[in-house]
Amino acid sequence: MSQADLTIGHSTTQTLGPAFSIPTKKFAMWLFIIADTMTFAACLVVYGFLRNGTPNWPRPFHSITNVAIMTFILLTSSLTMLIGLRSARAGDKGAAFRWTMITAALGIVFAFLHIREWLELIDHGMTLLKNPWGTGLFGASFFSITGLHLTHVTCGIIALLVVGVRYKGAGTMRMTSRCWACTGISWIWFGCSSYRWSTF
Amino acid sequence: MTTAQEHNGIGKDLIVYVCLLALAGVQFVIAYQNIDASQMLTRMLVVACVEAGLAALFFMHLWTEKRGFLLFVAVFTIAVLLGLQYGWTDSYRMVTGAPFSH
Repeated sequence: MSQADLTIGHSTTQTLGPAFSIPTKKFAMWLFIIADTMTFAACLVVYGFLRNGTPNWPRPFHSITNVAIMTFILLTSSLTMLIGLRSARAGDKGAAFRWTMITAALGIVFAFLHIREWLELIDHGMTLLKNPWGTGLFGASFFSITGLHLTHVTCGIIALLVVGVRYKGAGTMRMTSRCWACTGISWIWFGCSSYRWSTF
Repeated sequence: MTTAQEHNGIGKDLIVYVCLLALAGVQFVIAYQNIDASQMLTRMLVVACVEAGLAALFFMHLWTEKRGFLLFVAVFTIAVLLGLQYGWTDSYRMVTGAPFSH
């Protein structure tokens, strides 16, 4: 039931809508995003806790240029997604498809840079349990945090491809764009922090 | 917000995008400053908060939602994020207070 009318007395009628008067699907998406934010935040706090409480924390990164490039790519992909969404709202299916695919391509570039960074670390002898620079906790926490983000990006790319190919209007694209932007925000926080806290 | 207001064109998105890039640039500059860790952390977190706020409001369309819902998301998220911070003091204890920390 989406709406209920309550009649109190003879003349006062009050209309009650659904929670926050927003569609159920949108509400569910927001709850998912909020829950995801909590997961990311908890991981970030754990990483910070370990970083703060471990005297011999490794600092294998000597530059954050790669992170800056990755941040630029992810922010740009959020913008291209918005352009795609605007095209969908305007009813331009072709442009919506093109911009969604551009967004997915930027996501793939981001994932490629991410995996390249991982492979370099693995080449230096870093695993989940040990590394040549200091406490073994670093590998476990770094790989799990950045891995969680990479999983989100990968799922996001798949969602973008599905939404782009099976185009069903602006509603679905709007929800996907929200999720994709969430991936960008979480990177600002936590990708950057996990790298920055282990630099120099 | 009405649907008409949502169709403002790409201009607003571009402005937000440029602001986010500029803030990311500020973070990059802070990262190379010669300051102590706590100062750096504070500055980075402040910039990251502003970035996240901008992105949530405009890139995630929170700004166009009803005010009650915006308030719900903001208050709920901030409350939980603040709740997570209680562990920091314990991490200092791990370094300085516990006998096995060194």
